[in-house]
Amino acid sequence: MIALILAQTIAITGGTVYPVSGPKIEQATVLIRDGKIAAVGANVTIPADATRIDATGKWVTPGFIDGAGQMGLVEISAVGGTREAAQRPDTIAASFNVTEGINPASQLIAVTRIEGITTTLATPAGHLVSGQAVLIDLTGATIEEMTAQSPVGIVADLSEGAKDEGGGSRAAVAQLLREVFRDALEYERRKTDFTRAQMQPLSASAADLEALLPVLHGRLPLIVLANRRSDIETALRLAREFKLRLILAGAQEAWEVAAEIASAGVPVLVQPLDNIPSYDALGVRYENASLLAKAGVKVVLLETDTHNSRNLRQQAGNAVSYGMTWDQALRAITLSPAEVFGVADRYGSLDVGKVANVVVWSGDPFEFSTAVEHVIIRGKEIPLTSRQAELLQRYKTLPPTY
Amino acid sequence: MRLVWLTLPVLAACATASGHPASQAPTPAESTSVQRAQYPSTYHRHANAPVVIRNATIMTATGQEIPNGSILFRDGRIVAVGATVEAPADAVVVDATGKFVTPGVIDTHSHLGVYAAPGTDAESDGNEATNPVTAEVWAEHSFWPQDPQIPLAIAGGVTTIQALPGSANLIGGRSAILKLIPARTVQEMKFPGAPYGLKMACGENPKRVYRSRGPSTRMGNMAGYRAAFIQAEQYRQRWDKWDANHQGDPPQRDLKLETLAEVLRGHILVQNHCYRADEMAQMLDLAHEFGFKIRAFHHAVEAYKIADLLAREGTAVAVWADWWGFKEEAMDGIHENAALVQAAGGRPTIHSDSESGIQRLNQEAGKAMYYGRRAGIDITRDQALRWFTANAAWVLGIDSLVGTLEPGKMADVVVWSADPFSVYAKALQVYNDGWLVYDRNDPAHQPRTDFELGQEPVPGADR
Repeated sequence: MIALILAQTIAITGGTVYPVSGPKIEQATVLIRDGKIAAVGANVTIPADATRIDATGKWVTPGFIDGAGQMGLVEISAVGGTREAAQRPDTIAASFNVTEGINPASQLIAVTRIEGITTTLATPAGHLVSGQAVLIDLTGATIEEMTAQSPVGIVADLSEGAKDEGGGSRAAVAQLLREVFRDALEYERRKTDFTRAQMQPLSASAADLEALLPVLHGRLPLIVLANRRSDIETALRLAREFKLRLILAGAQEAWEVAAEIASAGVPVLVQPLDNIPSYDALGVRYENASLLAKAGVKVVLLETDTHNSRNLRQQAGNAVSYGMTWDQALRAITLSPAEVFGVADRYGSLDVGKVANVVVWSGDPFEFSTAVEHVIIRGKEIPLTSRQAELLQRYKTLPPTY
Repeated sequence: MRLVWLTLPVLAACATASGHPASQAPTPAESTSVQRAQYPSTYHRHANAPVVIRNATIMTATGQEIPNGSILFRDGRIVAVGATVEAPADAVVVDATGKFVTPGVIDTHSHLGVYAAPGTDAESDGNEATNPVTAEVWAEHSFWPQDPQIPLAIAGGVTTIQALPGSANLIGGRSAILKLIPARTVQEMKFPGAPYGLKMACGENPKRVYRSRGPSTRMGNMAGYRAAFIQAEQYRQRWDKWDANHQGDPPQRDLKLETLAEVLRGHILVQNHCYRADEMAQMLDLAHEFGFKIRAFHHAVEAYKIADLLAREGTAVAVWADWWGFKEEAMDGIHENAALVQAAGGRPTIHSDSESGIQRLNQEAGKAMYYGRRAGIDITRDQALRWFTANAAWVLGIDSLVGTLEPGKMADVVVWSADPFSVYAKALQVYNDGWLVYDRNDPAHQPRTDFELGQEPVPGADR
């Protein structure tokens, strides 16, 4: 099967190509071979054995990346037996990697990818340190085939949501994180003492402390969920103290401290349509993404509802309505998430050598009037079918045929 | 409710409606068992100069789309709509070149005010989850006019909502039909002349909430509705008999049965949260057993499976464009639901059930329209517009008053920056009964609730 995929050569011809890494190219060809992008441009020689897709009048973009949600980790939100995103009970679950919880047979995968989302994050949930997030392509029969990068970061929660587990106060949450980080470094220095039980009890298990070491050595990002401005500032402070590679997520009041975030070089993951005030973020507003982008922050746009990860397009369109440029919004769901998650060498733009995740749209991908015409993931054209599409076919004419 | 980043999804608060020829607004007649005035509306129209909006694409929700058209309203009523409209000298003239004008957005399913923001326990006033049947409670008695979500919805073009109790109960209580305007009291928002709705709920929610005491099954749910309506029939008979001759002492008042008796008399409209096709068919049988109509099924993610039945019954649906999968009874939600109900001759509306979604019902209708078209279902722009205007007005029993741009209708009017079915469209001006309640380009017309005062951060400033 893999051999079959690798053998495929596809030429998408005549479309307006948005490589994202550079300006759009009119009437261009995207040539795909062996799962990778082989050529992009207006003057590409098309091999005789290539399967041609005529994209004249169409828009061609990289597959969209949703940097949020629990794709593969949840089937029916209300049914506990189908939820795999939270490890129970462990306040510091740094060693919890969600990969083996992912269900490649999830119905959500087809529903999502036929809307042009080709890659998503699968994120752990709950607790103060939730675990390790992984990036998956929405194709493949096995977890191994789906995985694009594991882990891409360790998730920690500095928002109101994790306060109780952290000791009932934001101050206690920050102190506990510091204690865990120091313990991890101490554990690293004194592993022998630890195994001989010659150390004071530590604030987390050896496996969790071990898992935090790549974060503390700057090799793996810490993805921090924080919404209130003061929590964002705490995250920035912790990052300075421990020299962390920080990614801010949620970040509803981030626009208030956009300059500080920009100067710290910290990327931010935001959901554009967040604007309902809570005591966690009374300053939440639609303009968050655009104000951050204007300040020079690297912004990634999200759709956090896993079942409607497909609405990432609508989120991006609304980000444009509230001040982002169209080009910024496109980048914020393609190349920017690839960069932030450390896979820009393989994902996020239409450049030679990158994984061939490509979508052909009938028009502006953010518009409701636009149809997805072709989805290619890892160089293979995906049939535009889903369980939902089968329901439509069954009930389009009543009574149905069973 | 929007899900918070990285958290497990939570159950949606609840979630339907369909249609046929415009009915008369049911008369909110005095309940015959109650001679006193009940919690009257104190709504007053704000006085303002006549307004003429020119050079816009006018989408009337009556089948017409008028390019370069104009609309004139005065004293809260639409006076003229057309290619050319004579404006009086004292009219405020709005040049809307390149803009679009529609009727005010109507959300048939909202929990604004009863589940106010911030979403704390103290503001959680939507579910009287102490008994499976609480027909005696009224949403207006929970409604908080200072909910900061209200101005956000107004900025999305919303002019009227149905604020409903939640879906924990088989029978959750009366809804409130409200003009969405800044106000000190809910009474000032109560839509004059609107009938009440009665929230009912099928399926998973009631049987989950009451599993330890019952009902704990779908058959238990059905038995619960039937027991309540049997009581209501008897109550209605006692009062009808007494009303006829006034002999002896009047029967004892019972708040719960008073509301249900009004449903049986056709004065209160049943708004029924129900997801699955087979359950909707059961509820239609229940309505037949007791001789009432179900005005609309809300959420109704499987309405498309029985679109023919719903059209025959004249029951509307209030649906989302795309919610699905958050619980088992929502697994079969498809984008084409509204379009298929329309094609079968039913009456769809697009509802929000969400403080976030209510801000862009135009986008959700656009989404549902285009998915329908791509499936080969011929949905017109006017039909899709009616999904959040005229059809929604019918669901609430106020379609003779609002929902279209026609002379004589209340001047609930939205000016959009672009085609309202575009993701890029924003409401620029919102007129409620002729009052400019929101103007995107004028801070003087951007109302803020008490809650927001002093809370608005300034970038980079000390707080």
